[in-house]
Amino acid sequence: MNLDFAQLVPSIPYITYGIWVTLQFVAVSLVLGFLWGTVLSLFKIGKIAILRWFADAYTSVFRGTPLILQMLIIYYAVPQLTGMDIGAFAAGVLTFALNSAAYISEIIRAGINAVDKGQKEAALALGIPYQTMMLKIILPQAMKNILPALMNEFITLTKESAIVSVIGALDIMRRAQIVGASNYRFFEPLLLAGLIYYLLVMLLTLAGRMMERRLAKSD
Amino acid sequence: MIDVTGLKKSFGSNEVLKGITTKINKGEVIAVIGPSGSGKSTFLRCLNLLETHNGGSIKLDGKETGQLENHLRKKVGMVFQHFNLFPHLTVLENITFAPQQVLKIKKKEAEKEALELLNAVGLADKADAYPSRLSGGQKQRVAIARALAMKPEIMLFDEPTSALDPEMVKEVLQVMKNLVKTGMTMVIVTHEMGFAKEVADRILFMDDGRLVEDEKPAVFFENPKTERAQVFLEKVL
Ligand SMILES: Nc1ncnc2c1ncn2[C@@H]1O[C@H](COP(=O)(O)OP(=O)(O)O)[C@@H](O)[C@H]1O
Ligand SMILES: [Mg+2]
Repeated sequence: MNLDFAQLVPSIPYITYGIWVTLQFVAVSLVLGFLWGTVLSLFKIGKIAILRWFADAYTSVFRGTPLILQMLIIYYAVPQLTGMDIGAFAAGVLTFALNSAAYISEIIRAGINAVDKGQKEAALALGIPYQTMMLKIILPQAMKNILPALMNEFITLTKESAIVSVIGALDIMRRAQIVGASNYRFFEPLLLAGLIYYLLVMLLTLAGRMMERRLAKSD
Repeated sequence: MIDVTGLKKSFGSNEVLKGITTKINKGEVIAVIGPSGSGKSTFLRCLNLLETHNGGSIKLDGKETGQLENHLRKKVGMVFQHFNLFPHLTVLENITFAPQQVLKIKKKEAEKEALELLNAVGLADKADAYPSRLSGGQKQRVAIARALAMKPEIMLFDEPTSALDPEMVKEVLQVMKNLVKTGMTMVIVTHEMGFAKEVADRILFMDDGRLVEDEKPAVFFENPKTERAQVFLEKVL
């Protein structure tokens, strides 16, 4: 066994700075994914057939192809098609937002469908317009079913975000690889990266549990 | 005020309403009774377009209701078996939500009216409570107040006491009796025969998607004409 963590010590701040990059990346992706996912879910439960079809097809494509492929296509295709170089971070955010929107739209749809049908009928009977009913009556109740699943999506994104290192974004993973390459020792920095990801996931899991408990209390 | 002619409704191949013709006049209290599955709820839901009918017509003041969805919903209030209060809103917010959103009444004004209605149903002290803190009877009284806040001209009730524990039935029936005294037009699906007999001007007896009898309570309960009504009454009385 030949491990040498002493050599890694000077590079630790460089790697841990990646936590910030990774979290920023995941948070922005998640917020964008949530907004777009909400729109898609409203398409899915709406009355307009073409929008329903679009949202279903969209979800099917994004769930049915590898994430890394989607990312490479966006990273290389956007500059090729538009002449605009969007950079690794933006390409990654765009990919993760578009991809997670597909999953989130399913989460929200399920959350909305789980709201008692009587709520919609009561709102209709009171003459409340569809949009108001959705935004102020149905969605707030659906959130209770949605938040825990959304937290899971957050965790999944945090782990999967490591693939943005492939296109060179300086996240935890990429930084660990760079340190490994310059020291000719990969095991130690990768182990550190693994530990950081694990702690992040545990923290998010804990936060999710606390949130669920608070939601349960308001019943 | 409402004219129903040859009303038909099917769910898939299951014909649930097989041609209902009747009239609801202003100020009338109508009790709809009949065995479970006979189409009472569906009839009521067609009246305020929660279901769209497949045949016949429903006219409100001479106009086909299909074309006046929003107008109709403002005129017709509905109370459900399972209350359907909005759980994330307080009692007061439950009542003021639609007047503010639909009738564009100012918040202060809506709250003032809501408190008057809560007073009338005996729940002024629950204004800030959430529905989960209320008993079934209290929930249903709030639901009635919520519907009344829209100042409807007709109130529809679908088995308003069927989901309640026996000791709470009375308080809800009392609120409905008070409403009868105000001259409100009401259509009430109910299994409370004593209540129907006491407050209704007419009894509509439905069986298997048909309107079998349309009578004054005295006539219906003493001398039901059809055998189906006789059999039903023997079972429930
Ligand atoms: N949304 C629906 N979809 C399919 N069938 C329904 C639906 N609503 C009611 N039915 C059917 O219509 C019939 C009449 O139901 P309903 O009007 O609820 O009767 P009642 O209120 O008299 O008990 C029943 O056979 C019921 O199964
Ligand atoms: Mg029924």
